[in-house]
Amino acid sequence: MATDLLENGTIGEINKYDFITPSHDVFRAARGLNANIVAQISEMKKEPGWMRDFRLRSLKIFESKPMPLWGGDIGINFQDIYYYLKPTDQQGKTWDDVPQDIKDTFDRLGIPEAEKKYLAGVKAQFESEVVYGSLQEDLGKKGVLFTDTDTALRDHPDLLREYFGKIIPPEDNKFAALNSAVWSGGSFIYVPPGVKIEFPLQAYFRINAEQMGQFERTLIIVDEGAEVHYVEGCTAPMYTTESLHSAVVEIIVKKHGRCRYTTIQNWANNIYNLVTKRAMAYEDSLMEWIDGNLGSRLTMKYPAVYMMEPGARGEILSIAFSSKGQHQDAGAKVVHCAPNTKSRIISKSISKNGGRSSYRGLCKVEKGATGCKSNVVCDALILDPQSRSDTYPYIEVEESDVQIEHEASVSRIGEEQLFYLMSRGLSEAESSSMIVSGFIEPLIKELPMEYAVEMNRLIELQMEGSVG
Amino acid sequence: MAETLKITNLHVSVEGKPILRGVNLTIRRGETHALMGPNGSGKSTLGNAVMGHPNYEVTEGTIELNGEDVLAMDASERARAGIFMAFQRPMAIPGVKMADFLRHATTNVRNPSRKEGQELIPMRQFRKELTEKMDQLRMDVEFARRYVNDGFSGGEMKRAEILQMAMLRPKFAILDETDSGLDVDAVKLASQSIAQIGREQAEGEEMGILIITHHDKLLENNVPDFTHVMLGGRIVETGGVELAQELYTEGYDRIRAAYPDAAAADAEMQQATAAV
Ligand SMILES: Nc1ncnc2c1ncn2[C@@H]1O[C@H](COP(=O)(O)OP(=O)(O)O)[C@@H](O)[C@H]1O
Ligand SMILES: [Mg+2]
Repeated sequence: MATDLLENGTIGEINKYDFITPSHDVFRAARGLNANIVAQISEMKKEPGWMRDFRLRSLKIFESKPMPLWGGDIGINFQDIYYYLKPTDQQGKTWDDVPQDIKDTFDRLGIPEAEKKYLAGVKAQFESEVVYGSLQEDLGKKGVLFTDTDTALRDHPDLLREYFGKIIPPEDNKFAALNSAVWSGGSFIYVPPGVKIEFPLQAYFRINAEQMGQFERTLIIVDEGAEVHYVEGCTAPMYTTESLHSAVVEIIVKKHGRCRYTTIQNWANNIYNLVTKRAMAYEDSLMEWIDGNLGSRLTMKYPAVYMMEPGARGEILSIAFSSKGQHQDAGAKVVHCAPNTKSRIISKSISKNGGRSSYRGLCKVEKGATGCKSNVVCDALILDPQSRSDTYPYIEVEESDVQIEHEASVSRIGEEQLFYLMSRGLSEAESSSMIVSGFIEPLIKELPMEYAVEMNRLIELQMEGSVG
Repeated sequence: MAETLKITNLHVSVEGKPILRGVNLTIRRGETHALMGPNGSGKSTLGNAVMGHPNYEVTEGTIELNGEDVLAMDASERARAGIFMAFQRPMAIPGVKMADFLRHATTNVRNPSRKEGQELIPMRQFRKELTEKMDQLRMDVEFARRYVNDGFSGGEMKRAEILQMAMLRPKFAILDETDSGLDVDAVKLASQSIAQIGREQAEGEEMGILIITHHDKLLENNVPDFTHVMLGGRIVETGGVELAQELYTEGYDRIRAAYPDAAAADAEMQQATAAV
């Protein structure tokens, strides 16, 4: 049942459950996109003038940029979308409105009751303020700021003004420009110098969290010698009535700082997920992206690390799983702007039932960035002849004293491996599922425990019924 | 009556090329059989066909387990029915831990009607048993956390195969050159372990064993009741332990001379292989 949901794209038909009734019109911007609508969004949010101007400038950039010619087919009519819904709009839904298929999937994934409602969009806020309240207080004492980005704009305007849009300016690409014009929600984190947060911060720890937004904007500032691990998303199929999701994530890791950003996303089959993620890493700092992508019609996502000062390191680990009607165009970018910087990319993709996965990666070494090292490994596993995998590595090196390694492999599930496992009594489905889990094991073991368990269960779900 | 694995007039082709040309062999539980023969004569092919490798196509003949049609079963069902093969070249499965793999395998083989997703054998019980068997084989506990055959030395692979046999407790086991790649001490330990596992099998009945080998060491503790010689995809001669002794000291010249047809077929197969 739940497998069907994932398989046949039933999730993709959820559009017919239109929970937003016309009586709420007063709370949302009109359909489509123009300067009036953008100004209206800024006004409804009571933003300062500089943000309003930033949004309007971004809109112009969005309008002037052509659609990217690479990646996947983007079939979106931008005038057909609502760009801003006030959070209160979405509280009309009740648990009874959520389709049974979705509920079954949550059950099979073993998602706790409280989280289910949050994930299904019934609750705009995760029901655990009590639990996480003390945590918030603890963070507060250390000077850590952790809130949604809209609140941050109100409460910490100086920090926002200094860093917002500086890592990823609207000029960067069409979708970053779109996000800059209409953004809402997302997380803001500031970790003061020397503060090390021992446990992963998760999106739903946020107090006053807004509903998972379409155009989230996240900004993380890790000050000198500070450390943070942020976890976004969850493995349950993300249930949403909107088909375009375009987030921007900006991160600054200052001298000796460390930041790890983990994402696990399992989108419904109707979703276009076009994300820009970039970090700037300064002297002797470490930035790690861990990125798991499942589902969606098209995902285009290439987390980037710019190594700005000597000794900076960037690591990007990603897994993509694509099935029928899905295209994962994912990868990574590492840009070595300073000497003695190091990067590592490990990318794994799995394609089945006619799914398509592409790896698109850039490794760039700028002039003067001597003594750099970069290691890229991308492995693709294809489960049946209908599925497809491509690799597009781009390497631009302007220095000679560098060490760059690139390995790519594409394999089909080996008959010999299947036979070996089956000869020990595993069924064919168990055997291929085990081979797939083994394939992504190097990434799974980097995930926080509960995510690793969920991820494995999810892969099992995806694999069920895929053979025979 | 003892349980029986019965192979009758078995013909097997690989990629359309005939390899086995009418093999007859009956093994009862409790019996030890040695299978010898020059390289490329078809010994591994016989094992793979009995285990159900999809690339080994049975074109004629039957394989029966207590009268049941083994050819109708896939490899998984054969394993659950009590057939096991220690492979000459086991496959690596990167990222899959020995312990996880073995827990699934052990559960399925012990509970052949288990459906996917049903409970595995309890972790505690499994761990205890696994540790015991690993101790007997003098394997470090760390081994259970390594990925299946991934980066194993030749010796480690062979020992891992024996460990799997010990956990799965099959009725019938085919050991394909399990002594190759092992040093003298390791062969001795393997030989003793196989004998012990053979005696300890489930339901108080001993295992039926088919040992494919070129050497005497494995046979020291597992003295064959029957020795078979394969040549050109056929078993051309069967004798007792003395036949095994003759072959690993004298080689196959007498056999080739005595069975010119099989020798011709064998030469043909060798040529086909060399041409590849
Ligand atoms: N998987 C295979 N693919 C192609 N040829 C094979 C395969 N397995 C066996 N053969 C061929 O079958 C013949 C017998 O091989 P094998 O059974 O491995 O011999 P043995 O184990 O007695 O050394 C050889 O000619 C070999 O090349
Ligand atoms: Mg062989």
